[in-house]
Amino acid sequence: MGFERFGTVSFVAQTKVAEFIGYLDEGKVMGTQCKSCGTKFFPPRNDCAQCLGSDIEWFEITGKGKLLTFSKLIYAPAGFEGDLPYRICVVEYEDGVKVFGRISPSIPDEDVSIGMALVAVPVKLSGEKIAYEFQRA
Amino acid sequence: MQKVGIIGVGQSTFVRGYEGSIRELAFEGFQESMRDAQLKPADINASIICSAPEYDKQRTPAGLLAEYFGLNPQPTFYIESVCSSSSMGLRVAYSMIQAGLHDVVAVIGFQKMSEISSAESQERMGRGADIMWESPFGTMMPAYYAMHARAHMNTYGTTEEDLALIRVKAASYGQINEKAVYRKEVTLEKALGSDPVATPLKVFDCCANADGSSCIIVASEKMAKKLSPKPVWILGLGAASAAINMPGRKTFTGLTCAREAAKQAYGMAGLTPQDIDVAEAHDCFTIAEMMAYEDLGFAERGKGKELIRNKETYIGGKIPVNVDGGLLSKGHPIGATGGSQIRTITLQLRGEAGAMQVEGAKTGLVHNIGGVGIYGNVSIFGRD
Repeated sequence: MGFERFGTVSFVAQTKVAEFIGYLDEGKVMGTQCKSCGTKFFPPRNDCAQCLGSDIEWFEITGKGKLLTFSKLIYAPAGFEGDLPYRICVVEYEDGVKVFGRISPSIPDEDVSIGMALVAVPVKLSGEKIAYEFQRA
Repeated sequence: MQKVGIIGVGQSTFVRGYEGSIRELAFEGFQESMRDAQLKPADINASIICSAPEYDKQRTPAGLLAEYFGLNPQPTFYIESVCSSSSMGLRVAYSMIQAGLHDVVAVIGFQKMSEISSAESQERMGRGADIMWESPFGTMMPAYYAMHARAHMNTYGTTEEDLALIRVKAASYGQINEKAVYRKEVTLEKALGSDPVATPLKVFDCCANADGSSCIIVASEKMAKKLSPKPVWILGLGAASAAINMPGRKTFTGLTCAREAAKQAYGMAGLTPQDIDVAEAHDCFTIAEMMAYEDLGFAERGKGKELIRNKETYIGGKIPVNVDGGLLSKGHPIGATGGSQIRTITLQLRGEAGAMQVEGAKTGLVHNIGGVGIYGNVSIFGRD
């Protein structure tokens, strides 16, 4: 349990990487790394698709990422109407790790451009819910 | 190795809100294909049922449909790869025939999207991506493809007008396809002026949801020659997969599963993109057709826009694409879509496509994608 706290609407409650939520509470966005072969993963995962090991450790997504692409949603799926409009995006970091998420509403549309530098920051949502967003670096 | 042929094709009219049950809807495509092939249910050795199960209240539809279609006691089972389910069904039928298990196999695709409400449908479609790490941010299919559109525009200078031109083309053929759900003209002004859904995609960049069914009768070389005056042969089959999550993607300007599937299909057929006379591309969104031009090798990377600007993908152009209206105008009933695309190419190669006919078409291609580039299927067909 614990992972049901992730995002506006969560569809998964149980996962072996639910610690991700605890890290968000501490102000950290984390990925996982395979202890055997060193492969880094985001989103976090318990099992390595390279060497098929299950011994993992956490690493923090730090520093500036680069905005690869984004879209602003005018319509939302059921349960997300109250968040509209919002922008989803993919951000790439220097070590090649890519992270999916939302661009912070604090950045106006006209300031968003592909290639801009962003940082991943945990954000508290209503109730006990928590997520992360990309803010201006 | 023997050849494998298509000896019958059928599809229902694609509609919004089919007034009947899924068994009756699926029967329409099956009935047309069986009349086309002039077969009786006892002539079918096995049936493969293709749809996206989350729309159906009926659990295990294969059992239901086999009984309703008179296909007991022959084996029947279910294949799912969301929007490319029936192309994957064709691949399985081909394999079973090549293995010598069966001689004549029916690939039946269907979807009654109106079994559930529109809001439920959007939410379920969004769950065709990574529900643990992406759905909690409020994702939808249009937004995923919109991110590809944004990347394509930024990298190659493709414009919103280029995408709108693809919609204008689709609508020009949708008007003459009596099976299409959307049969109206779409002008460039209308497409460009439509409401945004997920920027930069607008309402007219998105395909029409629909209820519909399709059926393809596949046969061994021996049976195809015996039963059909003009079988259409499967020359090449390609299938590939890619990461369900966006961080796992190497690029956002194309679909790697389509590129890989195309490479396999061309290799198996011993053909190149220049050999294709007519193609069906999975245009669930206008950007999907633009990427398909490049992923299939009809244009170099970044040059897809020139194909549509110069009308090269219209009938009479270098490579006519989706001259049946595509998913954009014909409609996209998930499980039925691949079978409908295969039907269009089969009719084209038989010279029976009516007002949509590409004169003298000898070789055709179907590009059918599941999810946002999770599953890629490319199939190449030819005639004697």
